[in-house]
Amino acid sequence: MMVFFWFNLALFFELLATGGFIVFLIRQNKVVFRCSYWILLCGFVCHTVFLACRYYSLGAAPVLNLKAALSFFSWSMICVYLIFQLKFRLRVLGSFVTPFATFLMIVSSAMPWVEGPVKSVFKSLWLTVHVGTMFIGNGLFAIAFVVAIMYLVQENHIKRKRFGALYSRLPSLAMLDGINYYSLIYGFCFLTVGMITGSVYAQRALGAYWQWDPKEVWSLITWLFYAVLLHERIAVGWRGKRAAVMSIVCFLILIITFLGVSLCLSGYHSFESLGVAR
Amino acid sequence: MSKIINIGMNHETAPVDLRECLAAEPDNTIKVLTSIRDNEYIKEGLFVSTCNRVEVLFITEAPEQAKASVISLMARLGDIAEQGLCSSIYVLEDMDAVMHTFRVASSLDSMVTGEPQVLGQIKEAYAQAASQKTSGVILNRLMHRAFHVAKRVRTETGICEAAISVSYAAVELAKKIFSALDGKKVLLIGAGEMAELTAKHLMAQGVSSMFVANRTFDRAIEVADLFGAQPVLFEEISDQLSGVDIVMTSTASEGYVISYDMVKNCLKRRRNRPVFFIDIAVPRDVQPEVNSLDNVYLYNIDDLRGVIKLNMAQRQRAAIEAERIVKEEVIKFEKWLATLAVVPTIVSLRDKAESIIETEMKKSNFDLEELTGAQKKAVMTLTHSVAEKIINDPILFLKTKAGASTLNSFLDVTRKLFNLD
Repeated sequence: MMVFFWFNLALFFELLATGGFIVFLIRQNKVVFRCSYWILLCGFVCHTVFLACRYYSLGAAPVLNLKAALSFFSWSMICVYLIFQLKFRLRVLGSFVTPFATFLMIVSSAMPWVEGPVKSVFKSLWLTVHVGTMFIGNGLFAIAFVVAIMYLVQENHIKRKRFGALYSRLPSLAMLDGINYYSLIYGFCFLTVGMITGSVYAQRALGAYWQWDPKEVWSLITWLFYAVLLHERIAVGWRGKRAAVMSIVCFLILIITFLGVSLCLSGYHSFESLGVAR
Repeated sequence: MSKIINIGMNHETAPVDLRECLAAEPDNTIKVLTSIRDNEYIKEGLFVSTCNRVEVLFITEAPEQAKASVISLMARLGDIAEQGLCSSIYVLEDMDAVMHTFRVASSLDSMVTGEPQVLGQIKEAYAQAASQKTSGVILNRLMHRAFHVAKRVRTETGICEAAISVSYAAVELAKKIFSALDGKKVLLIGAGEMAELTAKHLMAQGVSSMFVANRTFDRAIEVADLFGAQPVLFEEISDQLSGVDIVMTSTASEGYVISYDMVKNCLKRRRNRPVFFIDIAVPRDVQPEVNSLDNVYLYNIDDLRGVIKLNMAQRQRAAIEAERIVKEEVIKFEKWLATLAVVPTIVSLRDKAESIIETEMKKSNFDLEELTGAQKKAVMTLTHSVAEKIINDPILFLKTKAGASTLNSFLDVTRKLFNLD
């Protein structure tokens, strides 16, 4: 099937780009970086084609099982990264983000394909908007998470006065903190819009804005955590290490919401119920 | 055959007073280049004069006469006896001179290995030689290769990256904390040579404003005037802490000037903006526990020296790699230079073929009269390609022998076989 071809091609390019970015991290060669960036862009285009094909054939956003959701998560991370690279010109970021995104793709590719009829309820533009904004938000938070880790590593170098190989490769603390803040603000906006469109969609499809579904509750918890972090940053002036640790904690909660709740707890958001056609 | 010769002195071979004599006058360069141009023995020449070296690099067909005239030129320039000069100069020839030029441009021959200024100085020296028209085929190539080598060394080994002085190390660290330093505020507590040097580096990085505090206010005013800074009272320090980003202390005080509590209290007012303490005083001015506060970074003189030690080791590793690059490039240059020796013979071979064609065409001019234009053109092409084919193999053969020790005898045979002389 043509669709699998695009998926595999995207995976191939992303693996290649990951290799390139790791070589760049070690050798610090700009040409290697440029090649990796373009390879990643090719992978992204293939991935987009794959998603478009799936969307066309399913008639709904391709996020209805874990395999598809992981692939979409990976896609949104790469999308955010490619844009961030244009904005911040921080080459080393790719060496940290791409392996993460590719890892998600590998997990996704290892899962079996489940084909089945799609519930008519999902063939709605509201779902696409809801899921799209949610995942772009997730992508931004994932980058905030990666940058927070980079910040902690670099701050550890400077604070403890022990300079590892990464010290010269990582950028300044101010820059890492700035990117973390930036992705946080935009991530929060997307998350908020995602939750609002989700509840509008729920009202249209299921007749209620809010049903205390486990995923809804956990999303709310995630949203609250990010809201606290953002508030502390803006109003109290949190920054640096504390903000970095907090954004890592928030991202872990987001992962629980994304994986744990969809897999372990039942509710209409769980992949189990998403897959069954009525 | 032309020779590349380098006569010069550097910080290792000559004491500073001797180098001073030669480097004193700013128009020396023009003087030297003019006399190089007028010298009948020297074909191309270049004059480098920095605070650590004075060198004349030249190309000549008559090495002994040229050397003598360059040494006497240098002696005249510095108004010193030739004998006195001879003991402190080095004379390098051919590939040694090339290697030396490459090493100088890549800052491997500098007093501080890896310092970046020397490349600019060499470029300037070359630009002057070019404007005075004293550089030619060989020097042009040599200098462009030298710039290329310097670039390779810089990008491939990172030899210039790591700071190796206390003040630079402090500035580098500040950049790793704040990104750009423009718009940042600095507080200088106490004064001293090293503190002033660091302050100068920080100013050069675009620091927006500077405050100076000292036990004696008069001294604070004095230092502040040096940098266009603002003097503040010693008692104001704790208030100032909430506004500045970099604090540098170098007082002779016995106790701590800045205590843990002082810094802790200012953090809230700072809204956690990071602050970088550079404590170069002995005994220390800033309480060491300050470093444990979030968004506060404290480096004392030993920490900075530790950074430098690491960087020095890195530079030494880089220097080994750089020497390899230089050697590689010298070999490449040697190959190019060897092909140069073949060029005159190849040119005269071609000229000979051309002249034969010309004379033979003239002889047959009458018989070819009746041919049409197109046919005449065809005959011309034919004769040219026959001649080309005949001399092509000898030319290729000579080119492969370029660089071989037997080249001269092959050139000789070729010139005799084709009667080129």
